[in-house]
Amino acid sequence: MFLISILLFVMLQNMGDPLATMGGRSVTRREDRERLARQFGFDKPILVQYVYWLVGNDWTKVDINGDGIAETPGIRKGVLRGDFGTSLVTRQPAMQLILSRLPNTLLLMLVSELVVVLGALFIGVYSALKQYSFFDNLITTLSFIGYSMPIFFLALGAMYIFAVNFKRWGLPYLPTVGMFDPQAGQTPGQLLWHLILPVTVISVNSFSGYSRYIRSTMLEALNQDYIRTARAKGLPRRETVFIHALKNASLPIVTIVGLDLPFLLGGALVTERIFAWPGMGRLFIDHVSRGDTPVVMGIMMLIAVAVVVFQILTDVVYAWLDPRIRYN
Amino acid sequence: MTVANPLPNIQPLKPLSLDELEAPPLTLSKMAWLKFRRHKMALVGVGILVLMILYCTLGGLVFSEKFANYNDTGIALQPPSSVHPFGTDVIGRDILARTIYGGQISLLIGLIAVMLETTLGIIIGAVSGYFGGLVDSLLMRFTEAILIVPQIFLLLVMAKFFAGNIPNLTILGREFSGSVVVIIAIIGLTSWPYLARIVRAEFLTLKESEFVLAARATGSSTFDIIFRHILPNSIAPIVVSATLGVANAITLEAYISFLGLGVRPPTATWGNMLEGAYNYIDKAYWLWLFPGLLILLIVLSINFVGDGLRDALDPRSRTI
Amino acid sequence: MTILLEVKNLITRFHTPEGTVFAVNGVSFSLEEGGTLAVVGESGCGKSVTMMSLLRLIPIPPGEIVSGIVNYHGQDLLKLSENSMQSDIRGKEIAMVFQDPMTSLNPVLTIGRQLTEPLRVHLNYQPDQARKRAVDLLELVGIPDPSKRLGDYPHQFSGGMRQRVMIAMALACNPTMLIADEPTTALDVTIQAQIIELVKELRDKIGLSIIWITHDLGVVAGLAEHVIVMYAGYIVEEADVDTLYENPRHPYTLALMAALPHAERRRESRLKSIPGAPPNLLVEPSGCPFASRCEYVVEKCRLENPPLKALGNEHSMACWLDVKMGELQ
Repeated sequence: MFLISILLFVMLQNMGDPLATMGGRSVTRREDRERLARQFGFDKPILVQYVYWLVGNDWTKVDINGDGIAETPGIRKGVLRGDFGTSLVTRQPAMQLILSRLPNTLLLMLVSELVVVLGALFIGVYSALKQYSFFDNLITTLSFIGYSMPIFFLALGAMYIFAVNFKRWGLPYLPTVGMFDPQAGQTPGQLLWHLILPVTVISVNSFSGYSRYIRSTMLEALNQDYIRTARAKGLPRRETVFIHALKNASLPIVTIVGLDLPFLLGGALVTERIFAWPGMGRLFIDHVSRGDTPVVMGIMMLIAVAVVVFQILTDVVYAWLDPRIRYN
Repeated sequence: MTVANPLPNIQPLKPLSLDELEAPPLTLSKMAWLKFRRHKMALVGVGILVLMILYCTLGGLVFSEKFANYNDTGIALQPPSSVHPFGTDVIGRDILARTIYGGQISLLIGLIAVMLETTLGIIIGAVSGYFGGLVDSLLMRFTEAILIVPQIFLLLVMAKFFAGNIPNLTILGREFSGSVVVIIAIIGLTSWPYLARIVRAEFLTLKESEFVLAARATGSSTFDIIFRHILPNSIAPIVVSATLGVANAITLEAYISFLGLGVRPPTATWGNMLEGAYNYIDKAYWLWLFPGLLILLIVLSINFVGDGLRDALDPRSRTI
Repeated sequence: MTILLEVKNLITRFHTPEGTVFAVNGVSFSLEEGGTLAVVGESGCGKSVTMMSLLRLIPIPPGEIVSGIVNYHGQDLLKLSENSMQSDIRGKEIAMVFQDPMTSLNPVLTIGRQLTEPLRVHLNYQPDQARKRAVDLLELVGIPDPSKRLGDYPHQFSGGMRQRVMIAMALACNPTMLIADEPTTALDVTIQAQIIELVKELRDKIGLSIIWITHDLGVVAGLAEHVIVMYAGYIVEEADVDTLYENPRHPYTLALMAALPHAERRRESRLKSIPGAPPNLLVEPSGCPFASRCEYVVEKCRLENPPLKALGNEHSMACWLDVKMGELQ
């Protein structure tokens, strides 16, 4: 993690002229530019910049007026103390900017994940039970298509059919932009209505993967000796499938979901962009193209921390669910 | 209890030998082909793939690249017609011709990026798995570092990082946007960790096996052991992973280009043809329909082939 | 003695991508009330499939029970609905113990839960009632400190202990009949003997009828009254246990006997093995299935499959030769 932060930082530093980003056309005077550069530390070597980013610069002094004497105390606290710096674009603290988008992304992604897991469980178990039936083959083919579907294509297609054409045909059409209709206000109903298309689009990819995966773990579990034992005991099919098989089959699924969850933080770049959803994914695209290091680094670090945290959490949950690990 | 003595008045026939009972064993490649052939979707995948390659190559003979890049704002955003079967784009370029040349680039990006990815993955995975110890843990920490950030985020940052003013390149008399090379490089550079892990796992098990011991005993060099003895035995998962990698690379290119950080005009790819199409969602469906459909088709067919290969090559996967 | 179970002409096949597997090809036998029947044969000879077919436990598809009658207490188990099969027969009337106790118990459910399941389903026991019965059962099969162990998971038990749990589970609802599918194969020899003793004890105590599947003729001697020898989905010889040991008639039985370590033959030092491997069940057999490995094979064996033929004294076998006399029958 430390390593990747160095790597990313070095790359981001070279992403273009941050001053141009900051000031736009208004800061054209040379003295102003130099003063800004000194204030933000852009004149320092990259390693020093990294150290400032990591641990802050309030322990040293910054030479703002350019006379060679560092006289102003630094104000940055560094990432390790929770200060991700100031956005070069909006001049807001980067973390504040990120956190303002976080709930939107989480809402979108958690709803999708919920839809995906529940739906995939249902479909996966059902097609494992009816292996090689017409339904199973249909699902297999559909999930291949879903898995291969580029999100933008699906998003555009869905927009075209459910928004553009439904509107044209006078049917109730689904909104394609943002979270709320400005005229209708921020009501939960509006939110749900706006969630439909993005959630559907995000879900398709992982839905296909999950349902295939659940199908295969279910099939594996159903072929185990203990299922035969359960049947020989005369347990009803319902109990054999949903208790004996599913409990075993769900163990690997927990791992997959646990490892996928942190990536939800990043949101779906493409989906958020197309549906103008004000989440972290869109924040990332907007700021990466303008070379806004603090915000971009902040988002990436947030995800990286989440990945590590969720890895540990997944292990804990897995151990809690699987008695074989608990007692060993 | 005794076994009865051989029969005095009946001459026993010689029992049939095993050879007479069993068909000669199939070679590995024959067996793989038999299994692959049974996978109907994989065959469909191969079919579509061949058609797509023909489309991209033969199409190039019908339309010149100049035609594909020719713009005339007077005929911008025309719906599909007999003159422009797929319609024209925002600045009046013919979409059919652009899908042909875009397809060439997309396929090229997919293939070369995967070659890069596979080379890196094999080398890093092999070194890590074979030598173990400190080398292994260093390389694996590095791999984890890359895996910790979603690939698409990493790609966008790198695309931005490398996207200075890259001159256009002229190869084989054709002019390419230099960003093609950048995209290939960054996709290759960010995709290898998965493959490296697979290769490492294979090497970890295989290096303990008897034939490696035998090779070492006969004095084969380390290089020989890695590339002549172990690698051919772990080729199956590599082939499968590389095949699926092509689909992945094509999709990634499309995503980056779609988000505006990918291949720059005038070079067309299926991805950058879609850029900005959503601004015209209510006016011009043909802007996104055709390139999008082509991406879907090629990714789908490659995934089918990859799945068929997995079933055919992986001895551990179940037959049914 | 009354007949408890009568199987007539059972045929089971599996339709796999490689072709049809002719697993069981017309097997008939019967079991007396309170009797013990041993089924002997190599791995893959159709013993287990026969027994699983009785309880309709084979997966369908790819499996198919082509024909046959399984007469149990006057009803044909093959014609029963799946529902009444599940609620009235399996685990309640006929219980089954499987080969590998390591994989036959569900690793993520407690022993207590798995033991009480059949009680709950078949006898509508309340939780505390079922728990009490489970403790008794564990005690019956000789597991120390049973009330504490109910909350344990299978991996906390040794192999022999797990097989005891399996047997306890099978006995939970006081079944009339127990099918034991190589229950001792996966266990150490000493544990094997313990389990066999346990089953014998239980049989005498509860009056169970038992079908015991094994590939080990040595195990059969002390346990069973009647023996069936199977090969490639056919019954090749059938006799009561003493007759079979004293007077084996089929070449395959002879070969099995010869492969048995025997106290009196110690000086011969080497055990005989049967050359070759069991036949490919993918091909519908035309001649005698044992022909390719048989010491005494004659032309006729390759052409025609010998029927099971009574030799009197409840002894029957399927071979063209009378090996003892050395002549064609």
